Amino acid sequence: MANPSDDDAPLRANHAVRLLLIIPFVMTMWVPFFNRIDPMLAGIPFFYWYQILCIVISAVITFIVYRAES
Amino acid sequence: MDTVAVIVFVLLFAAVTVLGFMAARWRSGDLAVLHEWGLGGRRFGSWVTWFLLGGDLYTAYTFIAVPALMFGAGAIGFFATPYTILAYPILYMVYPKLWKVAHRHGCVTAADYVRRRFDNRWLALAVAVTGILATMPYIALQLVGMQVVIGALGFPTSGFAGELPLIIAFVILAAFTYTSGLRAPAMIAVVKDVLIYIAVIAAVIIIPEHLGGYAKVFAAVPKAKLLLATPPAGNWGSFSAYATLAFGSACALFLYPHSITGVLSASSANVVRRNAAYLPAYSVVLALLALLGFMAIAAGVASMPQFAGGFKLYSNNFAIPALFLASFPSWFVGLAFAAIAIGALVPAAIMSIATANIFTRNIYREFISPNCTDAQESSMAKFISLVVKVGALVFIFAIPLQYALWLQLLGGVWIIQTLPSVILGLFARMLNGWALLLGWVAGFAWGTDLIISNHFAPIYPLHLMGTVIPCYIALIAVVVNIVVSFVLSPVLNAVCPGPRELA
Repeated sequence: MANPSDDDAPLRANHAVRLLLIIPFVMTMWVPFFNRIDPMLAGIPFFYWYQILCIVISAVITFIVYRAES
Repeated sequence: MDTVAVIVFVLLFAAVTVLGFMAARWRSGDLAVLHEWGLGGRRFGSWVTWFLLGGDLYTAYTFIAVPALMFGAGAIGFFATPYTILAYPILYMVYPKLWKVAHRHGCVTAADYVRRRFDNRWLALAVAVTGILATMPYIALQLVGMQVVIGALGFPTSGFAGELPLIIAFVILAAFTYTSGLRAPAMIAVVKDVLIYIAVIAAVIIIPEHLGGYAKVFAAVPKAKLLLATPPAGNWGSFSAYATLAFGSACALFLYPHSITGVLSASSANVVRRNAAYLPAYSVVLALLALLGFMAIAAGVASMPQFAGGFKLYSNNFAIPALFLASFPSWFVGLAFAAIAIGALVPAAIMSIATANIFTRNIYREFISPNCTDAQESSMAKFISLVVKVGALVFIFAIPLQYALWLQLLGGVWIIQTLPSVILGLFARMLNGWALLLGWVAGFAWGTDLIISNHFAPIYPLHLMGTVIPCYIALIAVVVNIVVSFVLSPVLNAVCPGPRELA
C-alpha cells in the first residue's frame, strides 16, 4: 500500500478541513452532556453507547480530513 | 490445572516464538545498522504499521487493567475510551510532520530530532532520559499482565516455580528481539491482534447472552459505578477529572518512546496519516473490553469460591481472567489467555527496542563513544535491549507491585514534559533550546512534587477563582512547562540564539 514516492512529496494541508478535527475534542470533553443513563440503546446506558459512537464518528472525521488532503 | 487450556496456551506461544525468529529474514536488511534493527528499516506499510501500533499501544496491561478499573471503580475507568479517541486527531496533526523531518535527518528517536532541531545536546539528553525513565515501569507492568494469566491457568504462583514461566517467556522475548529487532514484534503483532479480536468479539457476544442481555448486565452494576458522580456546586468534580485524564493521557501517548518507534518505522508520512484514521478500530475493542469489567460484576465472579485465591493474589486484575474461566470452555480460555500473554510480548519488545535505541543513539553515541561505527552502535543497542528486559524482570520480582504502578503514574507525568520540545518544536519557531530545558525542569519537578504530595493519586484539585477543578497532574505540570518555555524563549534567544527550525 505504501507508495515510495510519498517520501518526497510535501504533505498537503487543508486548514479549513482540519478544523473538523476539533469536533472529537468537543464531543468527548463535554462530560456533563453525556453523563446520563437515558436514552438507553439496547439496554446500554447513554454514557457508554455515546462514547463508543464517538469513536466511530471521530474515525470518520479523521478519514474525511485524510481524503481531503491526499 | 486445566490441561486443555494449558496446551492451547503453550502451542500458541510456541508458534509465536518461531515467528519471532523467522522475522529476521522478513523484508530483510542489514541488521548491523541501527535503523534496520531498531526501526525495521522504515519499511512498514499501512497494514504492518496498523498492526504494530495497535499491538504497541493496546497492551496486555491495558487489557487487564482497564476492565479491572471498571470492575472496581466503575464509570471513571471508561476514560480509556475518550483517551484513545483524542490520541488520533493528535497523531494526524503532528506526527506525519515529525516522520518527514526524522526521515530526512536519519533520526531514530525523539531525542535525535530534538538534538538537531535545537542544536542542544543537554535538552536532547533530558528528552532521552525522560523516555527511558517513563518506559521502564511500563515494561515491568507488561509482566504483570502475563503473570495474572499464567497464575489463572493454574501454574504455581509462589517461589521459583512461580517465577519460572515468566522467566522463560522473557528469555524467549529477549532472544528474538536480539536477533530480529523491530521486525519480530511487527510480525507477532498480527497474530496477537487476530487472537485479541477473536477473544473480545466472542466475549461481548456470548457472555451477555449467558447473563441475559446487556440490560441485565448494566442493571447488576451498582448505581454509584454506572455514572460519574455529579459534582457539588462550585466544584467540577469527576467531570473535569474524567476529561483531563483523557486529554492528558492522549497528549502523552505518542510521546512514549515505543509509540514514536512505531510511528518512525512507517514507510511514509502518508502511512502515519492513514493509520490515524484506521487505528480507532482498536479503540472500539478497548471500549468493549472495558465493558467486560461490568460483565464480571454481573457474573458475580468476585464471590465465586474457586476464584477467591486469584482475587487475593491479583486483586481486581483477576476480574477478566476469572470471567473467561467462568464463561468459556477450556480451549477458548487457552486462546484468550495466550492473546493476553502474547499481547504483553509485543509492547515489551517494542519498548525495550525503543529504550535501547535511545540509550545507544542519545547517550552512548552522543556522550560516551562519539566515534563508534554503525555496527558498534547496532550491537550496543541489541545488548541494551537485553539489559532492559533483565531489569524489568528483576523489578517485578524484587519490588512490590505498588511501586511499579506508582512509577508508571509518574512516567505519564514525566513523558508529557517532552511535549514542548518534541511537538511544539515542530511548529513554533520562537522556541529556544535552553528555555525548553528550563521548562522541562520546572514541569518535571512540579509534577513529581504534586504527585508525591498528593499521595500518588493522579487527580489534583485546582482552586481557580473560587471554583474547585480537579485536574490530571500531568496536564497541570505540562502547562507550567509550556509557560516557562514560551516566556523564557525570547529572553534566551537574545542571549544564546539557536536554530529556528529543522526543515
